[in-house]
Formats: sequence, structure tokens, C-alpha cells
Amino acid sequence: MRENLAKAFSLTDTQWFRRAALPKSYTDFLGRKLFLFLLTLQGLAAFALITLGVLLRKFRTARNVIRPRIRQEIVRAGVALLPMFLFVALALGFLIVGQTVSALAQVGATEYLGSTMVIVVVRELGPLLAAMLVLARVGTAHVIELGTARALGEIEALEALGIDPVHYLIVPRVIGMALGVFALTVYLIIGALASGYLFTFLQNVPMTPGDYFKQITEALGWLDFVLLALKTIAFGFFIAIVTCYHGLAQPLRLEDVSRVAVRAVSQGVIVCVLIDALFILLYLIR
Amino acid sequence: MSETENRAVIEMREVSVGAMRDIGSVVLEDVNWSVAPGEFCIVAGPEQSGKSDFLMLTAGLMAPVKGECRLFGTETRVFGEAKLVERLHVGLVFAGGQLFNHLTIGENVALPLQYHHDLPPGEAAREVEALLELLELTALADLKPSSVGANWCQRVALARALILRPMLLLLDDPLAGLGMRHLHWWLRFLDQLSRGHHWCAGRPMTIVATTDDLRPWRSPNRKFALLRDKRFFPLGSWNEIESANDPVVRELLAVPLETTI
Repeated sequence: MRENLAKAFSLTDTQWFRRAALPKSYTDFLGRKLFLFLLTLQGLAAFALITLGVLLRKFRTARNVIRPRIRQEIVRAGVALLPMFLFVALALGFLIVGQTVSALAQVGATEYLGSTMVIVVVRELGPLLAAMLVLARVGTAHVIELGTARALGEIEALEALGIDPVHYLIVPRVIGMALGVFALTVYLIIGALASGYLFTFLQNVPMTPGDYFKQITEALGWLDFVLLALKTIAFGFFIAIVTCYHGLAQPLRLEDVSRVAVRAVSQGVIVCVLIDALFILLYLIR
Repeated sequence: MSETENRAVIEMREVSVGAMRDIGSVVLEDVNWSVAPGEFCIVAGPEQSGKSDFLMLTAGLMAPVKGECRLFGTETRVFGEAKLVERLHVGLVFAGGQLFNHLTIGENVALPLQYHHDLPPGEAAREVEALLELLELTALADLKPSSVGANWCQRVALARALILRPMLLLLDDPLAGLGMRHLHWWLRFLDQLSRGHHWCAGRPMTIVATTDDLRPWRSPNRKFALLRDKRFFPLGSWNEIESANDPVVRELLAVPLETTI
């Protein structure tokens, strides 16, 4: 089991590249970075496939242990973040939605309100902001927890007890984070749109709540709902994969944990932006 | 006795052992060893001699670099999930315990039982309480591992390894750093397990422990082996240990008494 995991994560290869002597030229440097990027990509893809495989294959295994852990993770990546998301939704509504609405009203372009809100808040800002906040609050904790567990030998202890570390440690985190990001994005969007109207109301923009929400609902298509769900679940899934991969597969010593946490968060941001770009393409080719 | 009962619990032929932290390097070569059911074996060796790696390989946590290793007649190279039943016959106690820090002591002990039998917490509680009582851990059940001392953590690790009633118990330097009271408790309890404890329905348990200090293990009922210079040397009984001229054995017997007891 251990050999398979090590091979899948390409642990020795990435360590070799990271610990090798300084490159002699820019081409060496770029070449090394490229290889490191490809190895990381390979490791992440293998880890994602292993996790999906375990998730499907062991769906009914040890439900009395795994289900409470999934609930814990949903609370951690979802419910526990609600107060912070309420604050962010208010801020987003006041700062962006409200100002956009009042600007459109000043130039008499309120008929574009619905489509502008849907593009800015529903398709782009809401999901991306939710993903970034969850990455910062929960993803970092994943890397530190798993990295510490790995450094202290808890993963070997799980294997010795015949417990699959991916099933026990990763699957609940992946499910919890995917559902957490999805639910929080929905709350964030609703909160931002509602507080945005509140801001326009305070600025005496001539628009009734009925008109405001009618424009938004008319601009929303069924594809927006489907892609919003897919996008947020993809954000949650891949944030969990990146953070758990770095926590579980990489650090072997306690002093590595903080460095790996920084790397995981950076890669998490890149992965989210890439997923976002992929979904923009889907919108464009629609 | 049936053939299954007579079959060696551990069999190694021409085995080379790799390092757990570095799969490419070899720490032991050409190990030929066999452990019969009910035997109590002590594998001694100085620091960095590969004791822990040897034990990890014996537990089936990694495959041998070369050779053949069998546990209960099953080759450990394929000792993955397909052979989970055989795997659960092995209990492993790590040096230092390696408990799960996010769980309480009680949850640590209950986890293997709940996971493999898919039991809700309530149903596992009775068995866990009985084992905690047996190991004098009841008062610590609701504490996290970070709240209890190292001596007790080691005992919790033993409880976690015993909860599934294994047939083979592997212990990585279990007496290291223990206080006098705990040390005597461990020796007495392991001896009871070896002779047949009621927790395991009176069945004598096969035990393999590693150590870098031979003196606490003095007993005519135990078999000894030595790891030195990447080699495995079966030494036999305590009498042969005392008469051995090997400088490493003399060193393992000559550690100043106050450093361990």
C-alpha cells in the first residue's frame, strides 16, 4: 500500500527536484520548474483519481465511522463559516452590487442590471470569493493537520490497523469541502444581492425590490444553476485534493509543514483560477 | 495439532529490508527467520540498525526489497486490502505510541473495532471499556493523548493493538523510556499474553519485540535475535545470549542500568 502511494505521489521525484543544487542557468531553472510543475500535476491527478476510486469503492464501508466525520467536515467547511460569509456578503453587496446599481441608474442603463449582476456575482465573484475564503480558512487547516499527522507517524498507524488513510482522512474532507463551498456560495450570492439592493435603497435609486429581483431572475438561465453547482463542487473538490495531497503525500518532518502549507495555498489559488477559466470557456461556447 | 496451528506465524527467506522513509535504501540483507505460534521473540540491535524497518516489514506495511516474507502463510508482498483478514491478525505497537491526536484515548482504542465491524460508538463502548479496565486506562478514556504522559500513551497504543484480538503482536521498542512501575507492568502483561490471556480466549499470543537494551527481557522462555551490520543473527535462548562473545551483544547487555530502569 505504502509503495503504491509513494509511486502515485511521485514523492521521491519531487523531493529530488526541490532539493537539488541551484541551477546554473535560466534554461536550467525553467526546465526544473517545468518538470516540477509536471510532476506536481501528475501527483495531483493520481491523488484525485485514487480519492475518487476509494470514494466509490468504499461507499458503504465503515459508514458508522465515516458519516460522522463527513458531518464534522461539512460543519467545519460550511456551517462554521456562515457568520464570516454573512459579513462578506454584506460587504460585497455594499461595495460592488450597490455601487453598480446606482451607477447604472445614473446613466439610465438599469435594463442591464440583471445581466450585469448575474455575470459579476452569480457566475464569477460569488463562487471564486467563496472558494478563496474556504481555501484560506479550512484548506490551510487541512495541510497542517495532515502534515502533522504524517510527520508524527499517524498515517503508518492507520495502515497498521488496516484502515485506509485516504478513506478515513481524505474522503470526508473532500465531500465536506465540496458541499461546503457549494452551500456557502449560494448564501454568499443571495446575501450579496439582497444587501446590494439595501444599499441602492439607501442611495434613493428609483427601483422597487420587485423590479430589482425580476431583472435578476430573468437574466438567470437554467445553465447558470447547473454550472454554478458544478463549478462550486469542482472548487471544493480540487481545493480539498490540493491541500490534502500536500498534507498527506509530501511532508515527512514537522519543520516542512509550514512551508508545504504555503505551497498548497498558492497551488489552490492557481487551481481555482484554472477551473474558473474552464467554466468561462463553457459559458462562451454555449 | 492441525497443520494450520503448526504453521509458522512468520517466515522469512533471503529477505532484504528497505528503509521505511527511503524506499531505495537497504537496511538488512539475507534475513532467514521463522517464528512458531506462541513464541516470544526479542530482536535486539543498536540504534539505526534497522529494527523499526524490520518490524514494519514483518507487519506487512512494506514489501521486502528481495526475498520472501510470509505471515500466517500469506506473502506480505501482496498484503494489501485483499488480505485484510490476515492483516487484522497482526497488532502493531509503534515506538512512542503514534496515537491519533484528534481522538480521545477511548476513541483511539475504539477506532479499529468501529471501522472494521462498522459499529456505532455505543456498541463498541462495552468492549472498549473492558479493555481499558484491563490495561488500567479507564480514568484516561476521555482525555486526548496530548494530555497524558508518554508511559500511558504507550499503554494506550497497546490497547489499540489488542482491541481486535490479534494472533501476532509486534512491539517496536516498547520498554524505551518507561518508568519502573510501567516497565514491570509491561513485562508482566506481555508474559501473560504470551502464556494465554483471557482477553484472547486463553490462546498463547505470538509476540515479537525490538529493543536496544537486552537486560529487561531476561527470561528462559524468550528467543533472541540480533541485528548488526545489515545482518540478522538468530541467537537462541537467554543462556546463549549470556555466553555470547559478540561485542554488540555485550554492549546491549552492558548499558548502564540507571539509563533504562
